Amino acid sequence: MSTVAELSIAAPEARKAGNWLLVATVILLCVWVLLPIYLLIVNALSSPEQVTAFPKRFFPSFDFGSLSFFINFAGVAKALWNSVLVATLTMLLSIGFGAPAGYALSRFDFPGKETFRFLVLMTRAFPLPLLALPLAVMFIRTGLDDTAIGLALVHTTLALPFAVLITFSLFSGIPVELEEAAWTLGCTRLQAFRKVILPLALPGIAASAVFAFTISWNEVFAAAVLTIENRTLTAFLLQSLGESPLYLKFAGGAALVIPALIFIFAVRKYLFAMWGIANR
Amino acid sequence: MHGKALPYLLLMPATLFLCVFFLYPFALVAFEAFTRDGGFTLDNFRTMAGSWKFPVTVRNTLLLSAIVVPIQLVMALLMATMVSRLETGRSTALYIFAIPLGISDLAAGLIWLAIFDQSGFLNTLLSNLGVIDRPVMFLGYQSKLTIFIAVALAEIWRATAIMMVILVAGMGLIPREYYEAAEVFGASPWKRFIKITLPLLRPSLQTAIILRVILAFEVFAVVAALGGTNLPVLMGETYNWQFTLQDRNVAAAMALFILAISIGFTLFFLRVLRVPKEARI
Repeated sequence: MSTVAELSIAAPEARKAGNWLLVATVILLCVWVLLPIYLLIVNALSSPEQVTAFPKRFFPSFDFGSLSFFINFAGVAKALWNSVLVATLTMLLSIGFGAPAGYALSRFDFPGKETFRFLVLMTRAFPLPLLALPLAVMFIRTGLDDTAIGLALVHTTLALPFAVLITFSLFSGIPVELEEAAWTLGCTRLQAFRKVILPLALPGIAASAVFAFTISWNEVFAAAVLTIENRTLTAFLLQSLGESPLYLKFAGGAALVIPALIFIFAVRKYLFAMWGIANR
Repeated sequence: MHGKALPYLLLMPATLFLCVFFLYPFALVAFEAFTRDGGFTLDNFRTMAGSWKFPVTVRNTLLLSAIVVPIQLVMALLMATMVSRLETGRSTALYIFAIPLGISDLAAGLIWLAIFDQSGFLNTLLSNLGVIDRPVMFLGYQSKLTIFIAVALAEIWRATAIMMVILVAGMGLIPREYYEAAEVFGASPWKRFIKITLPLLRPSLQTAIILRVILAFEVFAVVAALGGTNLPVLMGETYNWQFTLQDRNVAAAMALFILAISIGFTLFFLRVLRVPKEARI
């Protein structure tokens, strides 16, 4: 407190001006992020006639015409359901495969550890959605084509590296002594994990699960390549871009954005920790 | 024995998964790109490069990346340093800056479509200000430049957050003592930024740039939403070869080409922004 006071005595004018500039820039940047989203929402909450009319109003009329047209449009409800299904499967797969690997990396030193880390890091140097192209053929042979699980498998390659790195840092942050104490008190390895480590790691695991869900929910290219009848919402919107009316596009865009906003809000505490470890 | 096998057992599912769904399709795409009707050939690459659209797609994609990524880097650094100096509302500002991280590229394209469309908000604003008397067609097939600007803005809007988050996390790792020492010696905020933040942030800068450049080469849905086929880019052309032209092998050649330039740029930035082991924090 005292240092702040001293400094402001030293150069009160300049410091005040600097502070104003700082706050003004931050507010400007916030507006830059929020305003486009607001405009999309305005469109989604206007009637179809208002969306195509000119000039536009900058405030929503809270007419649900566009949204109800979107929800009742052939294929939308199914696409929404497919998106949720694929994202849920992706979430389960990436945590199911990723968390054990993250735990192993945090607790053991063993030959091959570096090779595995390299494999995980390597995935980041690749445009992964492209791998959907060869997989499309493989899936037709194995009967996985146009299924939710097939697409979820591809989305898991996107989400798994994150799940491994995030759970690795989570488990590294829990002292191994806690586990050892449980062993000396007669717990088996599995019991110690379930009763001591898991409760501590659960919020972080949930956050990385939400993250995996979001990755799948937002993915466009692989979804458009791998699904035909069982399109996800992104694939549906992409493939109807050419012919669908504006109000359908904007309502669809809002349907994609609103859940994403909630997901990011839910994991906000973990966002920076997650990307911090992505550095190493 | 049991203790020795355990880590491998735990790693097995993830490893097997990555082998089947990452390494194997990668091999498969390479195989498809170099074969046609069962025999080895370079024809797919010839067909790809011979298409009149190919030079245009390469130029558009690289130009877009070359314009978007540096602007994003500056904006991300600005956001990260601003936020670190904020006294109140820090976490709110960080959350707002991070929002686009969760937004799909398709949704970002649609968001900017609402602005740039003929009956959109930009036209409304311009006409309210009296600049124009009837709506301008910003995204028509004759206005390639405005399509390019709209796509660039949408990309900057959408994907600056990913760099910002990596840089904020990286700045958190820089010891405060360095700044305190610099302040004692009278270094100005700008000097502190140049002499302390930037050099020590190098590993994060490297990660952020590599990740962002690869994503920039993958630009697809934003362009599809805003420009349709008026601004052909690499991923869009790949999609075209696979579906519109029904030629899997050329699509695979395209995919391999995108992979090659991605890996090339990754290696380039790994080398240029290399951090010697002894210089790490």
